[in-house]
Amino acid sequence: MATFSTNEFKSGLKVMLDNDPCAIVENEFVKPGKGQAFNRVKIRNLKTGRVIERTFKSGDTMEGADIIDTAMQYLYTDGQFWHFMVPDTFEQHIADSNAVADAKKWLKEQDVCTVTLWNGQPLFVTPPNFVTLRVTDTDPGLRGDTSGGGGKPATLETGAVVRVPLFIEVGELLKVDTRTGEYVSRVKE
Amino acid sequence: MKSSSAWKPAATLETLRLRARLLAAIREFFATRGVLEVDTPVLSHAASTDPQLHSFTTHYSGPDAPDGAPLFLHTSPEFPMKRLLAAGSGPIYQIGKVFRNGECGRWHNPEFTLLEWYRPGFDHHALMDEVEALVTGLLDSGLKQPAASERLSYGALFLRHTGIDPHTASAADLRECARAHGVGEVPGLTLDERDAWLDLLLTHTVIPCMEPQRLYFVYDYPASQAALARIRPPSPGQACALAERFELFINGIELANGFHELADSAEQRRRFERDNARRQTQGLPTMPLDEPLLAALDHGLPPCAGVALGVDRLLMLAAGAGTISETLAFPFDRA
Repeated sequence: MATFSTNEFKSGLKVMLDNDPCAIVENEFVKPGKGQAFNRVKIRNLKTGRVIERTFKSGDTMEGADIIDTAMQYLYTDGQFWHFMVPDTFEQHIADSNAVADAKKWLKEQDVCTVTLWNGQPLFVTPPNFVTLRVTDTDPGLRGDTSGGGGKPATLETGAVVRVPLFIEVGELLKVDTRTGEYVSRVKE
Repeated sequence: MKSSSAWKPAATLETLRLRARLLAAIREFFATRGVLEVDTPVLSHAASTDPQLHSFTTHYSGPDAPDGAPLFLHTSPEFPMKRLLAAGSGPIYQIGKVFRNGECGRWHNPEFTLLEWYRPGFDHHALMDEVEALVTGLLDSGLKQPAASERLSYGALFLRHTGIDPHTASAADLRECARAHGVGEVPGLTLDERDAWLDLLLTHTVIPCMEPQRLYFVYDYPASQAALARIRPPSPGQACALAERFELFINGIELANGFHELADSAEQRRRFERDNARRQTQGLPTMPLDEPLLAALDHGLPPCAGVALGVDRLLMLAAGAGTISETLAFPFDRA
């Protein structure tokens, strides 16, 4: 893998730190007029999501991390692992529950997700920004109430629970924003 | 260029007007005090030997140089200004662009505007008084008035914010202190680099503890960081020699750096040569010594103090800007 000098540091660069894959969040050049130059760097550990701060002597290097984002179709889960496929090549990848993490409640078979591979292994899974899912459970709908005020919880086919307007009924298809977990609209079949 | 608006200035027109007013106010300040404005070359045959400063180099070819000659863009106008002082100029100041390779970031642009001035008969304490008068005057005139000014030694400042004596602590002590203050490991920083550990603590621990809107004049630096300042031998009761150097900090910004100027030509030559030796061990190019400066010191530099002040950073404070780019018509990425 390539190495990157502090002069190449920028937001989004994928590097190895303490044997974990990380992404640079922020890079600040600090230098006393007559003294040693440093780069003060905020780095996100891509395994844990934690952001830490590290300081480097300007000119030092970090090893790059072999990180690739790949669009993959979600196939199924066997209960322990989640199976994905690259549509063009039919190449299959298996992600564990650490990798799917919070994404699992949005995963619907056939949907195309972004699977981030580290050294060829799924590191984490990002669901589509919007998913269409069926309501499997919610309190009975209030006919005529289209105000959207108030709201109630609804369970979707993947197990996710979102707040929906009172008029939503079991069996309806909903569009949901996975980034915020919020209901967007009903979807006509 | 990244976007179609990249031709536009980065600074607002309001900030550029403020820049013009600031420059006019600086010139007025020195005019009323009888300090002469001078103009010295940007291109020089010699360069700063300081291993922490990287000069841009260029090449001249033409009359007087049939084989061509390397030239350096100055990192400060210090050397020719000292030659003027040795020639009897009396107090002088200069406002001009200086160039430092490798320096770019929130507080740095590879070329920037420096105000530098020299006061025969002043020591660094007398010059701190004048810097304070200038800066508070400039920031006061319709701008942000600094709450107060504090003057303390480098040793006292470190003791206050780190609990460590920067003059006697070993590099291992400084590393331990950095760890205790949550600075963490710095890959590649070895215990051979004691001054770099001091710089690390200064930038990561000490400066962030300074109160906002307050001028901090920090003086008497470790002798190893004397640069071009006189070194004062230890007085009775003191552990070590100190450099008669000062810096001004405000809101986390290093605004000015001054010296009670070294006037001893032999000592100056030793420092240049030691810098070049360090450059060699660090794999950096060695720099040609400024022989005309050394000759001027031989002739006799009047006892004096001098200081360099970052005008763009002063404008950052006056305009309330968060980055140096906001104060420049065309910062590095648009230049």
